Order: sequence, then structure tokens, then C-alpha cells
Amino acid sequence: MADKVLMKGNEAIAEAAIVAGCRHYFGYPITPQTEIAAYMAKRMPKIGGCFLQAESEIAAINMVYGVASTGKRVMTSSSSPGISLKGEGLSYLAGADLPALVVNVQRGGPGLGGIQPSQSDYFQATKAGGHGDFRMIVLAPASVQEMADLTVKGFELADKYRMTSMILADGTMGQMMEPVSLDFEVAPAAEKPWATTGTKMEREHNIVNSLFLVPEELEKSNFERYERYKYIEENECMWEEYLMEDADICIAAFGIAARVSKNAIVEARKQGIKVGLIRPITLWPFPTKAFAAAADKVSQFISVELSMGQMIEDVRLASGCKVPVTLCNRAGGMIPSPEQVLDAIIEAAKGGAK
Amino acid sequence: MVVFDKPHALTDAPMHYCPGCTHGIVHRLVAEVIDELGIEGRTIGVAPVGCSVMAYNYFNCDMIEAAHGRAPAVATGVKRADPENHVVFTYQGDGDLASIGMAETVHSAARNENITVIFINNAIYGMTGGQMAPTSLPGQVTQTSPYGRDVNHCGYPVKVCEMLSKLDGPEYLERVTVNNVKNIKNAKKAIKKAFQNQLDGKGFSLVEVVSSCPTNWGMTPKQALEWIDEKMIPYYPLGVYKDRSAEKEEA
Amino acid sequence: MAKLTFKTDNCKGCGLCVDACPKQVLALAQDKINKKGHHPVEAVNIEACIGCAFCATMCPDCIIKVER
Repeated sequence: MADKVLMKGNEAIAEAAIVAGCRHYFGYPITPQTEIAAYMAKRMPKIGGCFLQAESEIAAINMVYGVASTGKRVMTSSSSPGISLKGEGLSYLAGADLPALVVNVQRGGPGLGGIQPSQSDYFQATKAGGHGDFRMIVLAPASVQEMADLTVKGFELADKYRMTSMILADGTMGQMMEPVSLDFEVAPAAEKPWATTGTKMEREHNIVNSLFLVPEELEKSNFERYERYKYIEENECMWEEYLMEDADICIAAFGIAARVSKNAIVEARKQGIKVGLIRPITLWPFPTKAFAAAADKVSQFISVELSMGQMIEDVRLASGCKVPVTLCNRAGGMIPSPEQVLDAIIEAAKGGAK
Repeated sequence: MVVFDKPHALTDAPMHYCPGCTHGIVHRLVAEVIDELGIEGRTIGVAPVGCSVMAYNYFNCDMIEAAHGRAPAVATGVKRADPENHVVFTYQGDGDLASIGMAETVHSAARNENITVIFINNAIYGMTGGQMAPTSLPGQVTQTSPYGRDVNHCGYPVKVCEMLSKLDGPEYLERVTVNNVKNIKNAKKAIKKAFQNQLDGKGFSLVEVVSSCPTNWGMTPKQALEWIDEKMIPYYPLGVYKDRSAEKEEA
Repeated sequence: MAKLTFKTDNCKGCGLCVDACPKQVLALAQDKINKKGHHPVEAVNIEACIGCAFCATMCPDCIIKVER
């Protein structure tokens, strides 16, 4: 077994990115993810990489756009208000079909909000990262090990599908320390014949662009992109099922909410309530099939979220409204306690669950 | 003997600019410099949003289209991806560089980012049909200053070269124009220096080209070139605003 | 005498070349319309051309080739 080191979640992301071959990081300080920038500032100069503190999140994402145009692995990280600023760049990255990794260590909002953990950027990440028709691959880690694993995976998927991968973590994941193994087999980067690295006078010029003034052409580019998205939805869904074999109640939760829920599930099982968990690891593509299958078996879903209820809409869609879906949540930087989730489970069990 | 022909670094695509628009002249000067320095194969250009948004169709080198105002940040990424080999230039108008992209402009200059910036100042938003620009002159009539730019209401024009010259960062700042043959030759000299500086690793070099917009100024191409002499140059004097290497030699 | 070659269909009839010429070699062809719908430039007095390329230097559309 590979050696494990004790790391903060934010640091695990940074080191995993380096292991994945990322040598360019651009960012702007914002709590609670600044450790990523600080780590990169220390490490990059030692390994011939580039850490640059940008003048804004907007500049940072556009520096990412520049490096991505040359085909190299590149990333930025921020937290909720900063991700809003990056929205423009995320849309341009999508329009130009550029691969990049973006980390959002979420904090409570809206507005300046607070600095405590949150999952209230779910809609933004999975539905509307910016203007126009586009998707990002959204990965939701629930441990420090997954912060590292999904960072590597994120780079690989971004390259494979020429799009942005977003790590959607939260303040607890970023700050939490756990043992982590950084021993990865990293898939070699794909050929990038489209990259703008200079023609060497050997080929026609490459153009990285998201402007299509002829609507037929713009429509075609959208259709092509959505063909790719469809393939991703069929092939790249990741989720974890926990005690679902005999479950009558299904909790839907990701990230820190899933960890809290697991504690509540153990307690509920002690009381004889058959409850399990489906934890989406990819929030987009959303593991629709897992929830659709569960909807035929369970009598109720409980969506546990650090938001006013965002993923719950996807759970309802995926389960085809066959059974009730209720919300168990805290917001604004608060985290549901295992007791709160247990109460919700008991309530569900009373309310008609078999 | 061929005395003059289209430079190789320009594509054969007909440009979409209005008749008499000086964008075409500046494009050609940049392409001539790329040819003369023999750098087409390793040059990557970054196009802005504005009239020259489709500059990527006109240069034979690799090209990237950036979001409005963000070209210097994109160029920073491209340059940092391979500082030894990439020659990177941005081509930006006044709205792009001096309004929405001011932060990117100032900070890439402050970092002395080793890139070349070609800045077209024609005192108007051309692509959107002639609105007030950050460089529109006091009193200038535009679609969004129909009674003339009132400095008490919307402030004064931004003098980019003067402003950036106060920073320690940038290597080279010069303002030129292209309203006659002599000025075009000077403009080319400045653009060549701005690229040579990058090849020599000297850092941020910006050439501001005072340009015309006959269509949105409501003039003939000829009148527009005369208006540059009459109105633009008095407000935006030509000349070198910073040349750090020359300053060092003098010292 | 120098030789001028025009990419006539790319000409936008702006006339900057006409004004730049020190020898009044060029004029916009008022009797012709090119594909773009402009009166294109033509040499009306090529004998006087000295091949200075002022016209080509001013042309925003790079349509003039000058040989000497």
C-alpha cells in the first residue's frame, strides 16, 4: 500500500494537480480555499511550473483560458463569490471547447455571504455556470482522498472531452485533514492538434474561438457539443450507494452532507429503520439511473443539503415523482447535524415508509 | 522587382472593416513586422471584442479570440505556457483595453508581462455602432453622448500611455498614428520595436495607434484622417512615453 | 515606369490611395462597380508612376502590389 500523508483537503487538491501534470495555476485569494494558492505558490517554482496571483478572478480564469489554448493542463480555484466572477470565462472555455480544471470550495451566499461551508452553488455548477448552452463536469468529493482522486480524474475528463471539470467542494472539505495517498496512475494527456502553440510554418493556423456569427454554424456547434454531453451522461456517471440493498428510505446527499447522513443512517438502522444513501460523485452528469432504480424500491427520498434545496430538484426529476422527496437542510454556512438528519429519517419512517 | 505586396502573415481573407478604416493598415503593419522578424511560426495573436474581433481570420499565425477586455490575461497565460518559444501579441480597441479591460491592461503592464500590445484608439465604439468610448474627446458627439461628451457628467478621456508611464513595470510605451505615409512608417518602427522587445525578453510593450473611424465619426475617410491631426493628436500627443532600456542607457 | 496590380474586388473605394499618390496616377473608376459594390481604384496615368508605394502604404485592404 502506498504511503499516506496527512493533508488538508485544499492541499490535497493542489498536490494531486501537480501529480496530474498541471504546471500552471492562476488564482485570487478568497476564503476558504486560499491554501490551494499558497501551496501552489510554494511548489510551482520548485518544479518549473508557474504560479501567478492574478489581479482578479476574472483575470485568473482568462489566464487559464490562455494556457488551455496551448493544450497544457491548467487550473484555477476559488470560492463562491469568486466563481460568479469566473462565470464569463467558464462560458468562453465551453464555447471554445477548452479543457481546464476549476475548483469551487463553496461558502454560504448569496452576495458576499459568509465564509462557512455551503453547497448552495449546486445550481450554478450544474445548470448555469455562465451564459449560453453548456455543461461542466461537476465532481463532488466527500473525503480528502477524494479531493485528490477527483482532481486527477477531473484533468483526465477535461482533456478527454475538451471541457471544464469543476471540483465542487465546500469549506469543510477544504479545511479538513485526513490521510491521503497521492500514488496515481495518470492517463497521458491526449493529442491536441487544435492547440495554439505556433504553426511552426508547418500547418494552417489554429484558431481558438467561441464566436459564430452565422446562426446555423452556432447551432451546429451547440448540437455537436450536446452529442458529446449525451455520451458523457451515458458513460461517466459516478455515485456511491450505501446500505441501499434493503433500503425503504433513500437519502440523497453529496460531499459533507453525505458524511453527516451516513452517521444518521447508522443510528437509524439501530432503531430498525431501513435507510440507505445514494451519494452522487458526479453532480453533472447526475446519476439519474441510480435514483430512477431506487424510486422503484423505496417509499421516500430525503435530500440532505447545505442549501435551501437545490439538488432536490434533480432527485425529483430522476425519480419521476413516483415517491415523495423531502428536504433536510441547513443554509448560510450551517451544517445539518446527524441528529437533524436522524429526526428527518424517523419522521419519514412514521409518515408511511414501510 | 516587387516594391510592395501583401505580407505573408496576413491571410487572403478580405477584411470586413468599413471603407477607409485604419484597422487594415495596422493589421498589415503587424503582419509586416512578423514577416521581417521571421516569427510567424511561433507567434500567437489574441483578438479582442470590438471591430477587430475577427482579426483571427486575418493573421496567418495561430490566433485566439478572447472575452471583452481580457486579452492581456489570455496573453499572459499563452506566454507563460512557453515563455521561450511563444511570441504573443494582443490587438485591442479602446473600449476593450481602456474600459472593460482596464484592470487586465494595468496589471499586465505592472507585471511587465513579456507581451506586445497593439492598442487601437479611435475614440469610439465601432462594432456596436458608435457609442462613447473611454477615449472619446470632450465634446465629441456619439450615439451615447448625443449632445457631446460632457466631462462634468461622464468624466474625462483616459490617456493610456500617460497613465501607464507612471508605473514602474512596463518596458515600452509609444503613441503613433497612421494618418499619412510618414506616420505609418513611424508606426511600423514602433510596432517592430514592441515585438523586438519581447524577443529580447524586455517585457511589456504597448503601441497606441491613434486611428480613425470614418463611419461612426460621420466623415469621409479623408476627412477622418484630417480629424486625427486636428482633434485627436492635440489631445493624444504622439511620442515615446516610456522606454526603460533607453532610459537605462542614458543613465 | 512602375507596375501596379490591384485586387479590384477587394477594393472598398475609400480613396486613401488616390490622395496619397504624389503623381495623380490613381482615380476611383466612376463607371465601374466591383463585387463589393464600390467604385474601385484604377490607374489612370500609369506612365507617371514612380513606384513609391505610397498608395499601397495607405491602402487599408492590401489590394495594391507595386513593382518597379
